[in-house]
Amino acid sequence: MTEPTIYELSSPGRQGVRYPQPDVPLAELPQDLVRKELPLPELSELNVIRHFTHLSHLNYSIDGGFYPLGSCTMKYNPKINEEMARLPGFLHTHPLQPIETVQGNLALMYELQEYLKEITGFDAVTLQPAAGAQGEFTGVMIIRAYHKSRGDTKRTRILVPDSAHGTNPATSAMSGYEVVHIPSDKRGNVDINAIRAACDDTVAGLMLTNPNTLGLFEEQVVEVNKIVHQAGGLVYGDGANLNALLGITRPADLGFDIMHINLHKTFSTPHGGGGPGSGPVAVTAALKEFLPGPIVEVIEEGDEEMPPMFGFYQPNQSIGRVKAFHGHFGMMVRAYTYISMHGAEGLRKVAEYAVLNANYLLARLRGTYKVPYDRICKHEFVAEGVWDDAPGVHALDIAKRLMDYNFHPPTNYFPLIVREALMIEPTETETKQTLDRFADVMLKIAEEAHQQPDLLHEAPHNTPVGRLDEVKAAKELVLCCWLPEQVQN
Amino acid sequence: MKVPSNLKYTKTDEWVKVEGNIATIGISDYAQSQLSDIVYFEFKVDAGETVHKDQSIATVESVKAAADVNAPVSGKVVELNNALTDKFEAINTDPYGAAWMLKIEMSNPSELDTLMDAAAYESYCQERGH
Amino acid sequence: MYTPHTDSEREEMLKVIGVPSIESLFEDVPAEHRFPKLNLPEPLSEMEVTAQLQELSSINETTQDLICFLGAGAYNHYVPAAVDTILRRGEFYTAYTPYQPEISQGTLQAIFEYQSLIANLTGMDASNASHYDGATATAEAAVMAYHHFRGKRTRIVVSPAVNPQYRAVVRTYMAGYETVEITGDQQINPFHAPEDLLPLIDTNTSLVIVQYPDFFGRVRDYTNLAQIVHEAGALLAVVINPLALALFKSPGEMGADIACGEGQPLGIPLSYGGPYLGIFATKKEYVRKMAGRLVGETTDKQGRRGYVLTLTAREQHIRREKATSNICTNQGLMALAATVYMSLLGKTGLRQVAELCYHKAHFTAQQINQIPGFEVDLSTPFFHEFVVKCPDSVEAINEYLLDNGILGGYDLGNDYPSLKNHMLIAVTEKNTREDIEILCEALKEYSHD
Repeated sequence: MTEPTIYELSSPGRQGVRYPQPDVPLAELPQDLVRKELPLPELSELNVIRHFTHLSHLNYSIDGGFYPLGSCTMKYNPKINEEMARLPGFLHTHPLQPIETVQGNLALMYELQEYLKEITGFDAVTLQPAAGAQGEFTGVMIIRAYHKSRGDTKRTRILVPDSAHGTNPATSAMSGYEVVHIPSDKRGNVDINAIRAACDDTVAGLMLTNPNTLGLFEEQVVEVNKIVHQAGGLVYGDGANLNALLGITRPADLGFDIMHINLHKTFSTPHGGGGPGSGPVAVTAALKEFLPGPIVEVIEEGDEEMPPMFGFYQPNQSIGRVKAFHGHFGMMVRAYTYISMHGAEGLRKVAEYAVLNANYLLARLRGTYKVPYDRICKHEFVAEGVWDDAPGVHALDIAKRLMDYNFHPPTNYFPLIVREALMIEPTETETKQTLDRFADVMLKIAEEAHQQPDLLHEAPHNTPVGRLDEVKAAKELVLCCWLPEQVQN
Repeated sequence: MKVPSNLKYTKTDEWVKVEGNIATIGISDYAQSQLSDIVYFEFKVDAGETVHKDQSIATVESVKAAADVNAPVSGKVVELNNALTDKFEAINTDPYGAAWMLKIEMSNPSELDTLMDAAAYESYCQERGH
Repeated sequence: MYTPHTDSEREEMLKVIGVPSIESLFEDVPAEHRFPKLNLPEPLSEMEVTAQLQELSSINETTQDLICFLGAGAYNHYVPAAVDTILRRGEFYTAYTPYQPEISQGTLQAIFEYQSLIANLTGMDASNASHYDGATATAEAAVMAYHHFRGKRTRIVVSPAVNPQYRAVVRTYMAGYETVEITGDQQINPFHAPEDLLPLIDTNTSLVIVQYPDFFGRVRDYTNLAQIVHEAGALLAVVINPLALALFKSPGEMGADIACGEGQPLGIPLSYGGPYLGIFATKKEYVRKMAGRLVGETTDKQGRRGYVLTLTAREQHIRREKATSNICTNQGLMALAATVYMSLLGKTGLRQVAELCYHKAHFTAQQINQIPGFEVDLSTPFFHEFVVKCPDSVEAINEYLLDNGILGGYDLGNDYPSLKNHMLIAVTEKNTREDIEILCEALKEYSHD
């Protein structure tokens, strides 16, 4: 079933929303600057609502089913978060209003900064970065500014483990650093000897994800961080996998200097089909003055009668702004709501059950699927989607076949160090019944892979479209459509 | 897999044809088959530019991968196969012919000694599997 | 609540795993740092948290309580109810990036339609699936131009009439490219004409950045500028307000190579500054240089039309340190908001809103210009924002206005030392004639006091 585009649904003369007539005298328009043609579609409100409702039916979503997409933490997005972010008192405030008129917003931002500091153990937080990748960029620019402020200009290299997200090397490069790849050891940890060998006075820092992308806790993390510090470098913690550590351990206590936090993974703000995210960055006291400004602080202490007055503070060695205004405030409201409803005990339970669920699935799949780094995992684990005795079946086929059973596939082909990787992250919000159904289906697919491999090769069978021709898309590059009358021209 | 015997090869899968002081460069049949359908090709140097060995001189993209083409030898770029930018399908269909990428006037021909001959390259590819 | 296991289920699961307790799943965490006591407030129920946040939000004074004339990059427009109705569909907002096209056609087609609308609106050949906001989209233009010239052109010329926050973000993004020099905004008079940039443009220039309407609301024709930029072999990026493009010539028509800017005016609430929408569109020849997600049309094996993320080999997960950007997400849901908004308003509605803004702003400007002590330059065309030269500090005037229930304009002295006592006023379709008269009355009273 193909849904027409809004351009195909357009009918000249329609309008979905009406506006009042001007209540002021009309001004003259500068004719030489006025646009002659505006080739946009014309639809009624019901056209629009039906169209996007139809489109929504073509999507898989957390609300619709199990979404074990490794490294993405597709946990339930509580509905109350959505309500809170839309409270008129929050929704209708302008980012440049005088601070006296937005004390509610600033109080919330301040509290959220405090909560994130407490949860991670760091000393200062900026809420400005728009997403995890931007948080990484912020963090690496802070590393750069820190060394520069000390006149330490020799440091040109950043160490990145081979299991890292692609954003780590990309971020380092866009921040002007040379990337040094560090291999993993047999237990799936970053190879501490390789770290030791690479550490000298040209190393600006290490980017380390913990738990790493294999879903494993870095067993020598404290020692690794020490080695980098002894060489004069800083350690950036990629907070993508913080969900496994809430109330379990605090990254700052482990020796990290900087970390970004994905509000859209760990703190349940929705992924929105690919954004908006939110990637606050936390740092140690020594790095506070490098944060992008402004950050929210108490500018006048309160007392019994008067609440404190919140305002903005501009760090004095700031790397500068990374985006306009104050970050994704709407996402902050959602995360604040989530943390408020959990408290310390609830957050720890989140991490515990995320880890419990991942280990349970691992236990159910072990033996049928090869797990190359097989030990107690954290919030996720990585299995191989390939068997020597089922030639021709790949991780991709398993992923596509899962769709026929109405499951979203795991992340595949990442991390790069596992062949035909299937990266499975169930999250804490799934029931045992869901996990069991998923495990049963995974076992069944393994059987199909051996007995009826074509079922997998041709999958998915029950989706709105089948496997799409990506080569054609890349070669022909049809990136937009036009109104029928434009096409005729 | 075709490995013409008159060419030299690199570990990063470029081939080199030597004629006098001029080295013609492309990527091997093995490389194109690993990449699968090429959807984009772009030069990263201009004619007249001096390049050093291992410098990235072009980019090849398929749907799932992107690969740099590295200079197997140092020297001056004397000619680009500009037609390839639009007809990049040739990289898949005729990697050793129409899909030649550029010509370098070598400044240090002894660098050729570091390259593999056809037999060595063939076994190097087999080691890596298909 | 959101962690559903019963005690017996938990025990059963532990047994399958083969460990005695949940704690034993964490033995790899250094003992001295394991299970810290977190000092957080006691957990609240949904009912309590609702009450708490209602109270907190009610402390704010909003653009619904106050008459808003504040803009400067974020605008108080009306958002039709249908927009949020679509945004609240779980199928959209609880989905991830559409990596699995077979089960993500909803998101993919919506993005494809977004790309189409933006390409048509800007007059460019192709739009990406969006960036974080107007500021980062502008910074991505600078990064793209740098890589387009393979780092060989190291000068970026930026107009001082580009949003100061965007200029700041461009500088942050380019800080890692040590050879790059960003010039123009410190040298030239803020109220410059496009031609004033010409002496700065040379064959070492990769990109020239101007804004349209500019930060002061002025609408200038950049056609000549584009020509001269191209003669120097450089690229021209025009920072746009998409709503203004419903009324004014598109950047494509003027010859721009990149159109970027803030999509918030297209149906996205103010929400204290975010999340918003970074627009980025370019010409055909630069499509592959453009960072960010891109959706393309294709077919499945049965020939059915479908959409996929395309040109992904440029992105960080494949290119790693060779990628030109680390971006992963776009602003998916915000792009959806803009798509629904533009679909609802369509060709006629969008033009109507733009004209309402235009006429109301001009009426306001003329009225203010007649108040003794206040001065507005009415000679340069402007859209819905304009600069008022005030008889006193903007801070003092705004304080007075606030006491009268008015959210005054932006204090340009914050960013431009030469523009002390200059206020930037924005007027949208939401401002009624009565609002405007109240503002003018208050300014009159102020100048009398």
